[in-house]
Amino acid sequence: MTGPAKPKQSSLAIAVIAAGCAALALACGPDSYEIPIETPIQPKMDVSPFQRVLVVGFVAGGSEDVDTNQETVRLLRSQLRTKSSLKVIDADILALIDIAKEQSLGTAGNAPDDVTSGTAPANRASTDKTNQTLALPQNIKDEKDLEPYERLFANTAYWKRIGEEFQNPLIVTGTVLFSSRSTSGFVQRDQESYDSLGRRVVRPVRQYMERKGFILRPKFVFIDGRTGATMYSESYREEILYNAQQNTPALSSYFELMDRLVPNFLSALSSQKIRGTRVLLK
Amino acid sequence: MNLPVVVIAACAAALAASPSFADAKSEAKSQVEFGINVAQRGLWREAIYRWQKATELDPTYVAAYNDLAIAYEHEGQLDKARKAYDKAIELDPNNVQVRQNYELFKEINDRTSQAKAK
Repeated sequence: MTGPAKPKQSSLAIAVIAAGCAALALACGPDSYEIPIETPIQPKMDVSPFQRVLVVGFVAGGSEDVDTNQETVRLLRSQLRTKSSLKVIDADILALIDIAKEQSLGTAGNAPDDVTSGTAPANRASTDKTNQTLALPQNIKDEKDLEPYERLFANTAYWKRIGEEFQNPLIVTGTVLFSSRSTSGFVQRDQESYDSLGRRVVRPVRQYMERKGFILRPKFVFIDGRTGATMYSESYREEILYNAQQNTPALSSYFELMDRLVPNFLSALSSQKIRGTRVLLK
Repeated sequence: MNLPVVVIAACAAALAASPSFADAKSEAKSQVEFGINVAQRGLWREAIYRWQKATELDPTYVAAYNDLAIAYEHEGQLDKARKAYDKAIELDPNNVQVRQNYELFKEINDRTSQAKAK
């Protein structure tokens, strides 16, 4: 008779303990809380002397499917209009490649005069060497081709003249290389499957894949329109790869890559807020 | 004879010390909880004040340093945030949540200094 009563008592005790634990857990509450935060980032440059900004143009190269100079200027101007306090100047986009070539020809043009005026052979050799270093590649395919164009940004007289023309704004220029890339190799990806009990299982799988995509390598140069001197410059590299079968237009890849870089560009000249979440602990 | 005296003295010392220590810990905990409460309402400066107080009351309180670091991040005081995260990790190097917060913080902090300045 007393036999069946015992399990009843013990199950009651377990229930009481479980209820007690649950009540305690509820009373204590969770030990961590996810919270959204916004981190303000100070600008990397002091742009307080400027009220206006001129995105003048870029020395661009790589893929011919995108007019990288035009697209970069348009995108940066529109971003600056909405996300910075500076007034954006709408001016014709400069073809800086042609300007660099003209400047280069101008410098090289002095050489024959020297020769005709009886320059010594040793000096002539040195002039030839200078002309060689000034040679600008017709087609910009990689970073090496961009290097000779760098001296355009050091031409303070030229930038000062541009600055005077637009009433001393902050000048944004630089180089942009947008090139296609294809690669093949093993890629690790997560494969989703369901086990015999219907539970979702995710396993990493290595798979050989042929992929193609694009690389974007911009260098933003910020020039003081009052003096023509470079205030600050920064370089970035972003890459995107797709399955070889996937046919993604070059322009949409360009925008996808620029989208990643724009916050960095903006943070150079205006304070930004970066949103995120953190876990508070008790 | 000496051993019981030492034991008794130690027990007495522990009894005398533990209530105040427990009080400090409990006070630190309530400061952290209050800080969380106000931070959730967007009152981050008040939260900083509470969490600073908690770290003074209990300098071994990992959660207080973690929360303080987050608040400094939100206020854009990145140097102070780094110091607070460093302290939290020093106190509890295996705390996954603190490490996760720190990694996210580092991503932002590195992003600001990533660009090659001329």
